[in-house]
Amino acid sequence: MSFIPGQPVTAVVQRIEIQKLREGDNLILGFSIGGGIDQDACQNPFSEDKADKGIYVTRVSKGGPAEVAGLRIGDKIMQVNGWDMTMVTHDQARKRLTKKKEDVVRLLITRKSLEETVRQSMMQH
Amino acid sequence: MDTDSIHSGYSHHSNRSRGSNKQSERSSRDRHKSHSRDSSSRSDKNVTISASSAPPQQPDQGSAPTDAQDDNWGETTTAVTGTSDHSLSQEDLAGFGKETDGPVEKLNCIRFLPLALTLLLGLLVLVTPLSFLVLPQVVWPERLQACGTACEGLFLSLAFKLLILLLAGWALFVRPTRASLPRIAVFRALLGLLTLLLLLSYWLFFGVRILDSQEENYHGIVQFAVSLVDALLFIHYLAVVLLEIRHLQPCFSLCVVRSTDGETHHYNLGQLSIQRAALVILEHYYKDFSVHNPALLTAAKSRAAKHLAGLKVYNVDGAGSDAATAQSRAKIAAAARQRDTSHNELYYEEAEHDRRVRKRKARLVVAVEEAFTHVRRLQEEEKKKPPGDEMDPREAAQAIFPSMARALQKYLRTTRQQHCHSMDSIQAHLAFCITNNMTPKAFLESYLMAGPTLQYGRECWQTRQWTLVSEASVTSPLHHGSEFQLKSSDFSLVVTSKAIPHLKLSEEYVHPKSHKFVLQLQSETSV
Repeated sequence: MSFIPGQPVTAVVQRIEIQKLREGDNLILGFSIGGGIDQDACQNPFSEDKADKGIYVTRVSKGGPAEVAGLRIGDKIMQVNGWDMTMVTHDQARKRLTKKKEDVVRLLITRKSLEETVRQSMMQH
Repeated sequence: MDTDSIHSGYSHHSNRSRGSNKQSERSSRDRHKSHSRDSSSRSDKNVTISASSAPPQQPDQGSAPTDAQDDNWGETTTAVTGTSDHSLSQEDLAGFGKETDGPVEKLNCIRFLPLALTLLLGLLVLVTPLSFLVLPQVVWPERLQACGTACEGLFLSLAFKLLILLLAGWALFVRPTRASLPRIAVFRALLGLLTLLLLLSYWLFFGVRILDSQEENYHGIVQFAVSLVDALLFIHYLAVVLLEIRHLQPCFSLCVVRSTDGETHHYNLGQLSIQRAALVILEHYYKDFSVHNPALLTAAKSRAAKHLAGLKVYNVDGAGSDAATAQSRAKIAAAARQRDTSHNELYYEEAEHDRRVRKRKARLVVAVEEAFTHVRRLQEEEKKKPPGDEMDPREAAQAIFPSMARALQKYLRTTRQQHCHSMDSIQAHLAFCITNNMTPKAFLESYLMAGPTLQYGRECWQTRQWTLVSEASVTSPLHHGSEFQLKSSDFSLVVTSKAIPHLKLSEEYVHPKSHKFVLQLQSETSV
């Protein structure tokens, strides 16, 4: 998940579709995010490369729409509805996820175990 | 170049003492004479403390008074003396060994030789320009051209320059000699020679050019004299730079270790010859190093003696060629095995000693504090009333001394300092503390801690005679890694020198507005 500046980033991603839940006046997704290019990347417990300033899932509420959809804690969000999330500020990420006009968010997330899975399946063939 | 310059170094200009022998002879004689007036003797066997009212004994016997005359001093008898009246203390015996034959009257002359030479040279310096001025007036007055105001100006300047030269010379050269060095001081000798050379050449020129030809131009003669005084002032400037200023900038760091107990101090010195560096170190020794106490070293010696005392090597297989080395190796091996238990003894002995010292110290502190409460300074108003029991400090000290004498003596015995302090000195110190309104703690400080040698009375200033032992010539300058020793009768100071490295300082400019900071955030938002 580390990147070389100037080179395209490649990662094995999983597509997750979350339906927003209406709670009163708000539409919630049921997880918390951390990270961003304006944050301190050293304190991120989920990233492998401590210089990675991407958006990570820091908490998933039990039984919420995110957990139901398959989001796990520690996942790095690469895209939200087509918008890139690898080089955004924390506030921009929040805004992209909480647009009131959208009911559904389609995320591309990556995690370490995905690579393992792919490699294992490739080795089996 | 001699390797071991102990008592060497004679020359015509040897303006230092001809040998430390004379000094030792003189000091040992002083010791004989003053021994009876002395209030304490330093040997381990004779621990007599006698008051100063003991009658003077004959100087050649050097016997110590064998009983304490003042009963107030702690216990009545502190002495374990010889059985006869003519007992000698250890220091007298040591003094006998150092006495050498030699006339005593030469001693004073040699010590004042440099001063005499300096004064002679100064007289010559004073007389020469004046004689240059006066001689033409005396010998051929009628033929001299009168010179007006220019000459008067020159006379004035000559007079003031001569006065300044004499004052400066007095300030720099006419000082009591601090010490007698084994070899001549090279710079002083050089400067003396230079001055002499200058004067001789001026006299030569004067004799040939002016006296012989009876020069008529008096203005020229006066200028000649003024130029001499200028040259002498410049020589004096050279003297100041060479003798006083050159060694101010520190170049070497000297490490001085005392051989008996390993006490170490470091000093920074400039470029000096070895003998002058030794002099500086000795001057610092008396104020920095704690007083040398041979009584504290006997414990280590007795332990070492015990290690090897019980071992005797018997050669069972007959005499072999390497018998000696085999014996020593066997001894060392056996001693190493024996060492297993002696460290245990040392540990408990030291713990016990510490405990005893602390106990005695506690008693002493309490006794002294209580004694000090009995004495109070007389207030101004009370002085006007009829005097009740007024005492001067000495009497007050004598009055409160008995209550603390026993505790103090016991403490000094335990810490083995009793030979450094006589009863007189303690009472004098007590009177001094009372006069200056000192607290009991201030009074006790000089007994609880071993102070520098300066602090103690004359009898502890034993060694004023030192021997410089060095492989390089003592007039050679110090360099990195030079080593020498200063030996006195009981111990020696080992000195090693290291050059102070060339320090390279670089600068880094910090713009005052360059101090900026950002916050490190860690937010977590739930969506």
